[in-house]
Amino acid sequence: MRGDRAFRLVVTAAGIVVLMILAAITIFLIVEAVPALRADRANFLTERHWSPDENPPRFGIAALALGTLMTSVLALLIALPVSVGTALFLTQYAPRRVSVPLGYLVDLLAAVPSVVYGLWGLIVLVPHLIPLSAFLADHLGFIPVFASNQTYGRSVFAASLVLSVMVLPIIAAISREVFLTTPVEQVEAAYALGATRWEMIRTAVLPHGRPGLVSAAVLGLGRALGETIAVALVLSANFDISVHILTPGGNTIAANIANAFGDAGTIGRGALIASGLVLFAFTLVVNLLARAVIVRHRNTLGAPR
Amino acid sequence: MAQRIEMSGVHAYYGSTLAVEDVSLTIQERHITAFIGPSGCGKTTVLRTMNRMHELVLGARVEGKILLDDEDLYDPGVDPVAVRRTIGMVFQKPNPFPTMTVYQNVAAGLRLNGARRGRGSDELVEQALRRANLWDEVKDRLHRPGAGLSGGQQQRLCIARAIAVEPEVLLMDEPCSALDPISTLAIEDLMLELKERFTIVIVTHNMAQAARVSQTTAFFTIAGAGQPGRLVEMGPTATIFSTPSQKTTEDYVTGRFG
Ligand SMILES: Nc1ncnc2c1ncn2[C@@H]1O[C@H](COP(=O)(O)OP(=O)(O)OP(=O)(O)O)[C@@H](O)[C@H]1O
Ligand SMILES: [Mg+2]
Repeated sequence: MRGDRAFRLVVTAAGIVVLMILAAITIFLIVEAVPALRADRANFLTERHWSPDENPPRFGIAALALGTLMTSVLALLIALPVSVGTALFLTQYAPRRVSVPLGYLVDLLAAVPSVVYGLWGLIVLVPHLIPLSAFLADHLGFIPVFASNQTYGRSVFAASLVLSVMVLPIIAAISREVFLTTPVEQVEAAYALGATRWEMIRTAVLPHGRPGLVSAAVLGLGRALGETIAVALVLSANFDISVHILTPGGNTIAANIANAFGDAGTIGRGALIASGLVLFAFTLVVNLLARAVIVRHRNTLGAPR
Repeated sequence: MAQRIEMSGVHAYYGSTLAVEDVSLTIQERHITAFIGPSGCGKTTVLRTMNRMHELVLGARVEGKILLDDEDLYDPGVDPVAVRRTIGMVFQKPNPFPTMTVYQNVAAGLRLNGARRGRGSDELVEQALRRANLWDEVKDRLHRPGAGLSGGQQQRLCIARAIAVEPEVLLMDEPCSALDPISTLAIEDLMLELKERFTIVIVTHNMAQAARVSQTTAFFTIAGAGQPGRLVEMGPTATIFSTPSQKTTEDYVTGRFG
């Protein structure tokens, strides 16, 4: 009983400390950001340019926020099927002597530093992407997203591809873990009904893994939203609001902070911190949404609580 | 419709371990055959060789011949998926798909085969649930989670799921061992009805149950730890329980087994 109470005190204290650190960071960010936001002569939410240290200061989050969302969501759209496919291959199809080393290799992708991904994206991927981008623009150009002015290169598409490689190992590793925990009774139940392997995966493995996949996707999205240096290296930053993912340009909140912080004046720093707060809000919303999805999944479908 | 199974000289292995040795037996169509015997004697293993579930265990394999109405189930040209659709299975622990509703659980097998058969499933689901004596209990909660039913109802749900795909043979591995006496009786009644349409093989540790439901009983045993299980004798249930030809069988059914 006494040990129990002591333990409870310790964990409660730990919880409170975490909350206090979180609150302290938030307060610090807000205190730093508010003067800059006061000085802003433009509407922070709708302005796309970023000139906080000019007179009068004009800056806004619009282009940065759009670029951040576009690169991250696109990266997730590319990475999700590839990593779930990888995890299915590793857990359901590959023989053990292939799946174990291959699993390590996928994990190793997570150990590569972001700056290396950025350099690889800039030096290797961007030039090789030009023919593919041209192909997409020529054949799918009637869809606005793929429209282009015939110049390709350091585009949102390139940045998203780099990001997708970076989030792939996270999503693949979590998917692999949840797929491995599929109860054998469910696998056998599906097979006993005359399921093929793919049908068994659809009936037993994927439904069991779905909440885990949602968490994995959110973690991946969070990583993509916050990724700084790789995106800063790959994108040729501008502040256009454009959905043309194939043409050079675009920017993200995190990359803009990395690019602009060094030369920023007082208002400039406060402005960047304000943009950081917006990024923080994004990740918070994404996490809350994911939580809601997982809880709903449990309640309506009666997964074990 | 219902079909008979003939095994001859079947050996079942897990890796290099011989688990079951030289089993030859015949399962009559539209009959309930009970497998009895001490734990570890290979009842489950033999059952799972019949619908090619055995080979799903890593390294497991089968030697010998198993015929379903003269068709060799282990012929290289035979698709194990087709075998399992013909020979359904109910497991010891009720295992409805936890993310599916009652309806979806019953339809799960139909959906797998639906693409190939292309039949509407509402009536088929109701029919399967009726045959499993579960319809009245779940007709108002078809779209609620299957895992929310009681253990006995879940097991009948699993039976409904298995018979919905219209197998010829139903293999049941201790289907009542996790259930109370009332649910057990419900499932026994159900089996007696189902035997009009299906060939049934049931593994049970409950002698009274074997005596109540089966027409034929097979007694398996194992000589000792690490030894392979084998079939001792098989015959009409009444005979096996009153005047078996082997002393070990008599010891076992009268409860004098060491
Ligand atoms: N997956 C497996 N891997 C290795 N050996 C196994 C496996 N399943 C069963 N065996 C072995 O095969 C033998 C027969 O097991 P089986 O499960 O068929 O017995 P059983 O008669 O069904 O027993 P019970 O009445 O306890 O269910 C046992 O020695 C067991 O240890
Ligand atoms: Mg068993």
